[in-house]
Amino acid sequence: MGVKVRIPTPLQRLTEGKEEVEASPGTIIELIGDLEKRFPGIGERISESGKIRRFVNIYLNEQDIRFLNNEETLVKDGDEVSIIPAIAGGDNRNV
Amino acid sequence: MDDFTEEQIERYSRHIILAEVGGKGQKKIRDASVFIVGAGGLGCPAGYYLTAAGVGRIGIADVDTIEISNLQRQIAHSTKKIGMLKADSAKSTFEELNPDVKVITYKERLSSKNIMDIIKDYQIVIDGSDNFPTRYLVNDACVMTKKPFVSGSILRFEGQVTTIIPNDGPCYRCLYESPPPRGLVPSCAEAGVLGVLPGVIGAIQATEVLKLILGKGDILKGELLIYNALKMSFKKMKIPKNPNCPVCSEKPTINELIDYEAFCEVRPY
Repeated sequence: MGVKVRIPTPLQRLTEGKEEVEASPGTIIELIGDLEKRFPGIGERISESGKIRRFVNIYLNEQDIRFLNNEETLVKDGDEVSIIPAIAGGDNRNV
Repeated sequence: MDDFTEEQIERYSRHIILAEVGGKGQKKIRDASVFIVGAGGLGCPAGYYLTAAGVGRIGIADVDTIEISNLQRQIAHSTKKIGMLKADSAKSTFEELNPDVKVITYKERLSSKNIMDIIKDYQIVIDGSDNFPTRYLVNDACVMTKKPFVSGSILRFEGQVTTIIPNDGPCYRCLYESPPPRGLVPSCAEAGVLGVLPGVIGAIQATEVLKLILGKGDILKGELLIYNALKMSFKKMKIPKNPNCPVCSEKPTINELIDYEAFCEVRPY
């Protein structure tokens, strides 16, 4: 069954435009390692030295992993992981 | 209702007929003041609807001038206004829609030096800015002055909205503690944006503001609403309050506004 991973808009160019990919169960940091193998470059956009970057949030189902077990949070078959980075938007740079 | 003119009663009749608004609610709307950061993709629709709703005083800040590439989504502007300041254009469009509303323009760049002085005159803030330094500046200033604000952002086909009530729920830094370094997250100019997307997100921001004014319904406090236009999906994620938040926790480490522009640029990726 695997784990469903939701890829955010800014990272979809690394996943050939795919919005959802499958990954193997394990800890969050193992899951990111798994994604990095298949989609090189994605790992460093999400994490740095084994830690999730501070402008990226990861949700297991609808829970923020910072309030579960962080990078060590266990993800099981059938779970859904969402990667949600901060976005700013717009193009009027002078507000 | 006696301090509304007959014309005003007619203008707001579809509001007044709603039990949740009524004459009392319409007066609250009239007596309210809202400061909108940015007269762009989000600020245009949010300000337009709040003007239509009869919000008494609207402040709008933008230093930019209108370019033809803005017109695909920034609906308060028009072809004949290219080159005009966005704040001035929004003011004239809003006042044409509803002369009851007083629109005040701010044509200076928002900074740690002026933001406190500007927001003190408003009840609620809408963040429709397009860059992280402003987003964090608005968050910190609103938390420090305990001002509710509705944050919205957009990219390509996706938008995010959350409502922040300082002292009663998480802030934007509880959600994302610090801004990404420059260049790591693409801007709309690089990534593109579906023109109608900011219309949806800006209208949701205006909805949140009206509910805050009326004190009715459920707001997006402690929740991040994620809208995906391609999938036509709305998802809500929980935002817990961070007990170690640098700005809204009991022992904040950020006690004054920072020069975020410099802060963002010097961080290498």
